[in-house]
Amino acid sequence: MTPPAPAPATSQPAHGVAPLLSVEDLTTVFRLADGREAPAVDGVSFTIASGETLGLVGESGSGKSVTALSIVRLVRPPGRITGGRVVIDGHNVFDLDEREMRSIRGRRIGFVFQEPMVALDPVYTIGAQIEETLAVHALARGAAARRRVIELLDAVRIPRPDERADAYPHQLSGGLRQRAMIALALSAEPALVIADEPTTALDVTVQAEILDLLRDMRRAFNLSLLLITHDLGVVAGMADRVAVMYAGRIVEQAPTADVLHAPAHPYTRGLLASMPGARPGTRLEAIAGTVPPIGSLPIGCAFAPRCPRRFEACDERPPITAAAPGHDVRCFLYPGAGA
Amino acid sequence: MTALLEVGHLVKDFSAHGSLFRKGPVTRAVDDVTFSIETGETFGLVGESGSGKTTTGRCLLRLIEPTSGEVRFRDENVLAMPPRELRRTRRHLQMVFQDPYSSLDPRMRAGASVAEPLVIHRIGNRQARDARVATLFDLVGLPADAAARYPHEFSGGQRQRIGLARALALEPSLLVLDEPVSALDVSVQAQVVNLLLDLQQRLGLTYLFIAHDLRLVRQICSRVAVMYRGRIVELGPADRLFDAPAHGYTRALLTAIPRLDVTGRLDRVEYDEASFERLPLSEVAAGHWAAV
Repeated sequence: MTPPAPAPATSQPAHGVAPLLSVEDLTTVFRLADGREAPAVDGVSFTIASGETLGLVGESGSGKSVTALSIVRLVRPPGRITGGRVVIDGHNVFDLDEREMRSIRGRRIGFVFQEPMVALDPVYTIGAQIEETLAVHALARGAAARRRVIELLDAVRIPRPDERADAYPHQLSGGLRQRAMIALALSAEPALVIADEPTTALDVTVQAEILDLLRDMRRAFNLSLLLITHDLGVVAGMADRVAVMYAGRIVEQAPTADVLHAPAHPYTRGLLASMPGARPGTRLEAIAGTVPPIGSLPIGCAFAPRCPRRFEACDERPPITAAAPGHDVRCFLYPGAGA
Repeated sequence: MTALLEVGHLVKDFSAHGSLFRKGPVTRAVDDVTFSIETGETFGLVGESGSGKTTTGRCLLRLIEPTSGEVRFRDENVLAMPPRELRRTRRHLQMVFQDPYSSLDPRMRAGASVAEPLVIHRIGNRQARDARVATLFDLVGLPADAAARYPHEFSGGQRQRIGLARALALEPSLLVLDEPVSALDVSVQAQVVNLLLDLQQRLGLTYLFIAHDLRLVRQICSRVAVMYRGRIVELGPADRLFDAPAHGYTRALLTAIPRLDVTGRLDRVEYDEASFERLPLSEVAAGHWAAV
């Protein structure tokens, strides 16, 4: 084991309160076609406090979805979790047996995916699927379960919930399906919901409705939320803190306003500058090049080959330092205190 | 400026599963759509899924045959053209699709894909075509050796560059761009958008830009039409339409865009679908039309 990074990791929730979820130095590798293993998630650490929303932002291949799957141990071969800890309720989930793990999934951690058809079974009605979850976790059966289903569908503002409970997923519109999946995710009253691109496949007006709903559910159920998205606009409206991922690593982590208004890492700056809409009629500020494929990342800073501010130091792997109090960054431009 | 493309009262009906003797129920995907595109401009056609924007784009090139209406390209009626003449006109009217992966033949090398339109139209000999492909690759920012590689060897952004090179092979004057960058990550999307802007300037191209990303439409379009339920509900200069939307649906659409400067709930205007009426467009300000 390598010694822990000397620089202070400062973006932590309130002092003395144990976070709801703590991810420490998580590493998940994938076996490549040539037999080598390469990290898709490389030493990722963050915490989520009770009631807090963390936005995990990155482009495709950044490792944000693999991070989510690793938290609930749903990584499948050729992927493999090789290191780190994921602590919820004081337990490291990597120490649990599969039966204990199943009670964490759903009961403590709910899932909302981009495509509802991943989570919803096409051959069962919405109501039957929620009733099954209630039964699995011994929360309600029979008439009580039916009443709970209708309450949940009503809570996610599905009109005529008593009729919709008997509908099959394909009979609902995209927006209603997403609401049904949120109801399913909330049915076992989890403390944390992991939402992986929950609005990416939706039209902009439906997206706005679903984000409003997630905000309301967060308050009503006192939820913590890990919101995974590529859209910084979605994060701006939802997250308390933001972690930016690039090539398997978190390169910046800070309160949302700090990331959006005072981005520290050159990648975050580039990402914000490349977003359209700010200055109509002009060229966009693109980031040169592309994300290197997994398995051919540079040894040092993974962003260095595309970085306008790279220098000699970037050939080595940068540690986490503080760009400002509570604002962590992985970049040699910020030597920090103890680095 | 003169109109390069004029679309008048375009209608496209789809009939669902009918039988031999009875037609199924008819869905009007495009309902009396009228607009024109000036030479050199970028005209944005926006709307949510099912609004009819993609069907409209395909009807213009007769990739789908419209039910009725008029499409005039350089003052010639595209819908009345016999096949031979249509083929000649299509040289000037090309389409770029969202997913270049599905529009490129996976077994064909990139160079051959780009040369294919030249072969079909019997333009040049082998040597001339190779030279043209090299020029096109250079134009879209791909290395010369890319011609020998297969589509799966390229990233999404590079594949869209190949799609563009292929669309440009016949030196078209109008490109119908159907969600050309929506499958790309934002940093790569910006590169391809900049390429589109460069190409427009260098080659004097006119764009019909079909997109759902309103932030991007605001960035690059000179005029915008908003479609809803097969109809254009608002049309005008981009700055005017974004700053002073006149139709309730446009207001709902624009106020739903996620914003970097708003934390928490957006201050949205909701649109009551039941209030929708099939009204004709009327001019609410100079060049700004709305179905109100």
